[in-house]
Amino acid sequence: MTNNSVPKTLKYSKSHEWVRQDEDVFTIGITDHAQCMLGDLVYVELPEPESSLEVGQECAVVESVKAAADVYCPLSGEIVEINEELLENPQLVNEDPYGKGWLFRIRPFENETINLLSADQYTKQVASEAH
Amino acid sequence: MSKLIFEQSHQGRSARAQVPHVTNQKLAIPAHLLRTDQPLLPQVSELQVVRHFTNLSRKNFSIDTQFYPLGSCTMKYNPRGVHRLALLDGFANHHPLSLDMNSQGYMSCAFELQEILKSVTGMKAVSLTPMAGAQGEFAGVAMIRAYHKARNDAARTEILVPDAAHGTNPATAAQCGFKVREIPTDAAGNVDIDALRAAVGPHTAGIMLTNPSTLGVFEQKIQEIAKIIHEAGGLLYYDGANLNAILGKVRPGDMGFDVMHINLHKTFATPHGGGGPGGGPVAVGERLVPFLPTPTVTKVGDTYHWLTEKECPQTIGRLSAFMGNAGIILRAYMYARLLGKEGMIRVAEFATLNANYLLTRLKKAGFTPAFAGRRASHEFIITLKNEAKELHITALDVAKRLLDYNFHAPTMYFPLMVPECLLIEPTETESKEVVDAFADALIEILQEAKTDPDVLKTAPHTLPVRRLDEVKAARELDLVYRPQEK
Amino acid sequence: MPFVPHTEQDVKEMLDTIGVESIQDLFDEIPANLRVKTLPDGFPQLTEMELGRLMRKRALQDSIDLCFLGAGAYEHHIPAAVWEVTSRGEFLTAYTPYQAEASQGTLQLLYEYQTMMASLMSLDVSNASLYEGGSALSEAILMAARTHRKNKLHRIAIPQAVHPHYRDVVRAIASQLEIEIVEVPYDSATGQTTLAQLETLSTENLTALVIPQPNFFGVLEDVDALTDWAHKHNALVIGVVNPLAMSLLKPPGQWGKKGADIACGEGQPLGVPLASGGPYYGFLCCKQEYVRQLPGRIVGRTVDQEGKQGFVLTLQAREQHIRRAKATSNICTNQGLLVTASTIYMSLLGPEGLRKVALASHQNLQLLKEKLTAIPGVTLVFNSTSFHEIVVRLSKPVEAVLEQLAKEKIQAGFNLRKSYPELGNSLLICVTETKTPADIDLFVKQLSAALNAQADKSKNKNGEPCNV
Repeated sequence: MTNNSVPKTLKYSKSHEWVRQDEDVFTIGITDHAQCMLGDLVYVELPEPESSLEVGQECAVVESVKAAADVYCPLSGEIVEINEELLENPQLVNEDPYGKGWLFRIRPFENETINLLSADQYTKQVASEAH
Repeated sequence: MSKLIFEQSHQGRSARAQVPHVTNQKLAIPAHLLRTDQPLLPQVSELQVVRHFTNLSRKNFSIDTQFYPLGSCTMKYNPRGVHRLALLDGFANHHPLSLDMNSQGYMSCAFELQEILKSVTGMKAVSLTPMAGAQGEFAGVAMIRAYHKARNDAARTEILVPDAAHGTNPATAAQCGFKVREIPTDAAGNVDIDALRAAVGPHTAGIMLTNPSTLGVFEQKIQEIAKIIHEAGGLLYYDGANLNAILGKVRPGDMGFDVMHINLHKTFATPHGGGGPGGGPVAVGERLVPFLPTPTVTKVGDTYHWLTEKECPQTIGRLSAFMGNAGIILRAYMYARLLGKEGMIRVAEFATLNANYLLTRLKKAGFTPAFAGRRASHEFIITLKNEAKELHITALDVAKRLLDYNFHAPTMYFPLMVPECLLIEPTETESKEVVDAFADALIEILQEAKTDPDVLKTAPHTLPVRRLDEVKAARELDLVYRPQEK
Repeated sequence: MPFVPHTEQDVKEMLDTIGVESIQDLFDEIPANLRVKTLPDGFPQLTEMELGRLMRKRALQDSIDLCFLGAGAYEHHIPAAVWEVTSRGEFLTAYTPYQAEASQGTLQLLYEYQTMMASLMSLDVSNASLYEGGSALSEAILMAARTHRKNKLHRIAIPQAVHPHYRDVVRAIASQLEIEIVEVPYDSATGQTTLAQLETLSTENLTALVIPQPNFFGVLEDVDALTDWAHKHNALVIGVVNPLAMSLLKPPGQWGKKGADIACGEGQPLGVPLASGGPYYGFLCCKQEYVRQLPGRIVGRTVDQEGKQGFVLTLQAREQHIRRAKATSNICTNQGLLVTASTIYMSLLGPEGLRKVALASHQNLQLLKEKLTAIPGVTLVFNSTSFHEIVVRLSKPVEAVLEQLAKEKIQAGFNLRKSYPELGNSLLICVTETKTPADIDLFVKQLSAALNAQADKSKNKNGEPCNV
């Protein structure tokens, strides 16, 4: 468990996903706060490559011993790549949530408006949830 | 450490006294339908079997050996006479599809239990077929669905569930095709009435509630809740898990519930068996009588008959191949007869006395109840969130340490909204000395937490195994033994 | 008060500590208008001695001498050790093994059970039990629907030769969700579910085919051909089988080219008494790739902090108490005690012993078949191989014959008229290893007499024909 870091270079969703833009492809993962709450991950279920998803749709499941949490797609688009390493090594999400623990990459549909939180906004939200 | 029974096998061994004779005649079965390999079953002698499993049993906690203050589980004494009588030859060897004329013995017990359950619940009719609480809930929710369908009301798509509800409630609602909407609980442990009012409407099929709630307190505004739901056109489902708190004192039918299930393995003392079997009969008010799951027993003159789909065309149907957990139904009936009316009334009284006494002792010792101003029902919650902050120990640590004191831990981390909680239910069959010993143990453990917290964090110390690696169990699935390993 | 140990002194001390006058004060949070003064009179309280008298009388009412009834519940010899050990308090009164360290007995037993059942089915994994056969089949169907993600709608093909009560349960449970059940007729000559029958189905959105073995009529299905057909059409295969028979017959994991995907059924034949219909237990096994969709509890082997072998409930995140609305099932309590009995039973018999029980039952059926078909008025309905049950047609109403034999304390079989009206006056008869040749002779003699008695009813005392 790390110190609930919230990198400023990333964007976030209300449901504890992080988003990194690399030109036209977005990489998605779950935040340090989320992995901390879940505990050691035992299994990750990822979406089908090339499937189309809507913003807010359940697209993955991260499973620990005490919970199985849904991951919600932060934007609409098509899955271009999934992190297959996680199938054998789900603990990468705990060890390196913003790096090696990425879940999948998605290309948004044309003319999609993307609404995400800044690092500050996400940090404030987590703080308010703590009660 | 016990070897697996497979590791004690020797090719060619078996309990020969148990194997029937076969002749050498040629098999009439075509070769391509026959099994050619040998399944991995033990090859051991009868003594090896008896020794192996007897030794395994001695590694278990059980009601017969330890106090189990498990909230919402009602781990009361399972009367042995009842178990022996349920296994009488006439019952044990009785085929479920026997003609009615050869089944009057069992059917008379089942019918009388139906009547007893009607009277303690204040409901109009009972079906004994659901196999456990979850199946009872399924039947209840399915009946609600059938009721609205019969009224041609297709808008009823939602079931309301308090956020403190037992997991089977939303799981069942989803299994019946409903959307689940959670209603928050207020600081006093009651359902938030304003939130409830805002949530009901023409889409409300019903609400699933327990009373006393899973928080261990009586839902005081239950009659108002019933009114709100009924006025919106919905029905009320009562989860009978906590019936032990009100048996003979309050009847769910009087509280306004339309349907409920009873957990025979809780309130009616049938044995838990290491994870079942249970019994989850459903009882209904007038509105839902036509939809009861079949078969049920009826009495015509002096004889008993089964009512099936033919006689009950609107039934939600059959939930199992035969008539439910018959042996459990027999045991529950016998328990009710051993108690009689007076005995039943005393159940809730002494369960509540034990719970309030234990709560008082723990409060005086400095533990924090979740709902300080409320009476305990048959159970109560203490929260260890302060101890967690100050002493860095968790409810799990305390629970594991209790095992070293030869007490089974209470229910932990349920309901989900009370942090670091222990839900404690002593039941009425425990004596004052046992309850005192348990309180003393908790007090001592709290002391240990201050002076030597590590002993909690690494507990248990005195059991066949230490704390187990659950992460490894889920990551590296080892669910069956494979002989080539060592 | 039965089972309540408190003395008056205890009560006084406890009330003093709490600070109330009487026990009734503890109920003061309950609105007065809800509190009942007392319960209706109902049935008088009994001591254990009196209860024993009552129950022995009732048990005698239900006792019979010979049982030739099967139809999903089977009489087999149960070694005394099975229930002696299962009835030990440490097994009987133990709770669900959530506190693993305090439940290593039950957990290790369940791990051994999972191993035995998975192997009996020749599949990779097993859960730790469901309620019974019919609901196990329903859970298998729901599991297939969850797993087969490509299909938007789900159609499940179920042979009519599957137990009619199982099909009723499936309808009751699956009808709550978007699952369409399609029934497949059986061949009237053989009683089997044939490829010809399957070919008449539309295979669009076909999620699974259910294959029984043996089927409800006791007839053996051509499991390889049926399995391959289903897989060819991208449907999953769910085998619903008699677990005892699987010691003798080819098990689901070996069916066809790829093996069945899921196997389920009723565990009762393995060490569980008939007991008026329950408690029994359902088993559910599957291929490794579907393990996360398996409902119910599963036990896994792991190690403790000191590296010692131990057992825990695992994959709990799929279950109702964690996943709630999205759980694989709503099941909580299952049938732990019955699994305990079955595991001990299977350990006593071993693979060869179990096979002999199956074989002895089958051999008794051959004997019974020979003797039955020699009776005038009894004809075999299906021309095919059976495990330990057969269907016969009687020349007289089955209801009357059954009643006649029941008076002689013989349960003659299951009347098929209600569930299979097209079979007319037919009876499903079962025989297991528990019957001796003398038992079979007695049964045959009584059956003949009943059939003749029906014939005699059409003549009066003087042997003159009269209206029946």
